Amino acid sequence: MLLYLLRRILYTLPIAIGVSMVCFALIHLAPGDPLSAVIPEGASPEVIAELKAAYGFDQPLPIQYFNWIWRAVQGDFGMSIMTRRPVLSEVGPAVVNTMILAVAAVTLGFGFGVGLGIAAGYTAGSVIDRIVTAISVSGVSVPHYWLGMVLIVIFAVNLGVLPAMGMGAQGSATFALDWVSLRHLILPAIAMSVIPAGIIARSVRGTVIEVLKQDYVQTLHAKGLPGRRVFVHVVKNAAPTVLAIMGLQLAQLLGGSILVETVFSWPGTGFLLNTAIFTRDLPILQGTILVLSMFFVAINLMVDLLQSVLDPRIKRA
Amino acid sequence: MVATTGGPIASDAPAKGRRPVSRSFWATAWRRLSQDKVALVCGSILLIILLAAIFAPLITPYDPYRTSMAGRLLPIGDARHWLGTDELGRDLLTRLIYGGRMSLFMGFAPVVLATLIGGFLGIVAGYCGGAINMLIMRVTDVFYAFPSVLLAVAISGVLGAGLVNSLVSLTLVFTPPIARVAESVTTQIRNQDYVEAARATGASGWRIVFGHVLSNVTGPILIYASSMISVAIVIASGLSFLGLGVSPPNAEWGLMLNTLRQSIYVAPMNAILPGVMIFVTSMSMNLISDSLRASMDVKV
Repeated sequence: MLLYLLRRILYTLPIAIGVSMVCFALIHLAPGDPLSAVIPEGASPEVIAELKAAYGFDQPLPIQYFNWIWRAVQGDFGMSIMTRRPVLSEVGPAVVNTMILAVAAVTLGFGFGVGLGIAAGYTAGSVIDRIVTAISVSGVSVPHYWLGMVLIVIFAVNLGVLPAMGMGAQGSATFALDWVSLRHLILPAIAMSVIPAGIIARSVRGTVIEVLKQDYVQTLHAKGLPGRRVFVHVVKNAAPTVLAIMGLQLAQLLGGSILVETVFSWPGTGFLLNTAIFTRDLPILQGTILVLSMFFVAINLMVDLLQSVLDPRIKRA
Repeated sequence: MVATTGGPIASDAPAKGRRPVSRSFWATAWRRLSQDKVALVCGSILLIILLAAIFAPLITPYDPYRTSMAGRLLPIGDARHWLGTDELGRDLLTRLIYGGRMSLFMGFAPVVLATLIGGFLGIVAGYCGGAINMLIMRVTDVFYAFPSVLLAVAISGVLGAGLVNSLVSLTLVFTPPIARVAESVTTQIRNQDYVEAARATGASGWRIVFGHVLSNVTGPILIYASSMISVAIVIASGLSFLGLGVSPPNAEWGLMLNTLRQSIYVAPMNAILPGVMIFVTSMSMNLISDSLRASMDVKV
């Protein structure tokens, strides 16, 4: 077991290094000279010299990479071109905001998904099952940024009960656990929750049907165990898969929140990325993507480890 | 979509029909699929959208680019503009039909490219094994280690807006998962006894790949790729929604959604209309993919 965990962690290291290389390469993918891409328009010669030294563009690529990753590991992701502030001070709060949104969305998706999935699994083949299946296919097919707009039309434009934009009063960019902030969270969280809800509903339905077919479940029934006690067994068997899917969806939402954040002007990483792209603020772009993808790798690893701890059948060592 | 995947399946049937009783895998799959009502309905919807997009100039009464300052944001149900007009007074129905061209292309093209590239890489990795497998699959893993939307946005964002750049970024997003499927199926097949037997009787590597591996890999890859199309349509439209896809005044559903978003308080129904097209297309593709999976009885 320990060996497996260790191997899994070691296996992630080269992936993480590869991911950082791709992030590093991004800035060199940009059309034109990478230096001109990071130099703000009308920069003074001192700024150009400072940037040249900071990026070390005169050095060979591998050395540039090692310098860059060495600084990044220490938390130095460079300076934003637009705001002239350290990238980390821009990305940090944004990651927190995105995390709040993603956690809220996954929690909602988990609630809906598990409820619908169990209902469908227990009534496989019935009308309820068909309805749930239709809902879950819609959930994974719907463009969630469009769903966001639909929610705005319904709840902000027509009913006027929920705010359509931002995170709190007067465009505040810090989340507080109060009613105003929560009201701002509702619509974007719902818009983002449909994908995890659809996927979780589907998988829970499948697992429930699978477990109910098992011989031991029949034995439990035969020995007179009441339905709710059998249900505990179903939940135990479904839990590792559902938890894994939740983790992976949380990771996907962290990276995929850009569209919903843009619709709702939620001041998270997606919003930051969007601004960075259109102002050609490459250091911010690179920093945000590096941080998000590292989160993604880390969450994937944790999900894997957690799953192998929870479910002894997965011990593939 | 049914019609296009149906082509090779249907034409395979007579060739394999030499055996009197048993039906070939493809013929069985096609038979099941053609009896699947959901698949037929969804296929028809997609076919209508596709045909409408192809023959757009013949069936649309308006020019998709002609603006009219007087007729801006006319409501849905207008006598002359059935689905209303957009923020520049262009006929929405016309633009939705034209928009299908770019949106469908951006849904299918990256997946087709990714299937060819990923399928090739996966088969090579699976068949060769060893160091080549390591090299290909570890590089694939790195790209797989990005959230898909983030990777598409990152590459499109760095390369700049545009059709070709979106195509490149989306292809890069969909290649790794397809390569993984191809690799795992190929590795399984390669170790089968009958492949070992073929090798023992002196069959060349090419013959094994084309005779045994390819025929086994095609089904799973096809199913996987078909499930990717729905994702591709949503992400591709998402890129144009962010302003990273085709540029105005082109008609594309995501882009239309983006420009109409400014008018969401004035004409909310018009503003959400392009999204309905994205939703219907992506949903139909998803259901077809499910039916395809059921008809081929493959677990991916």
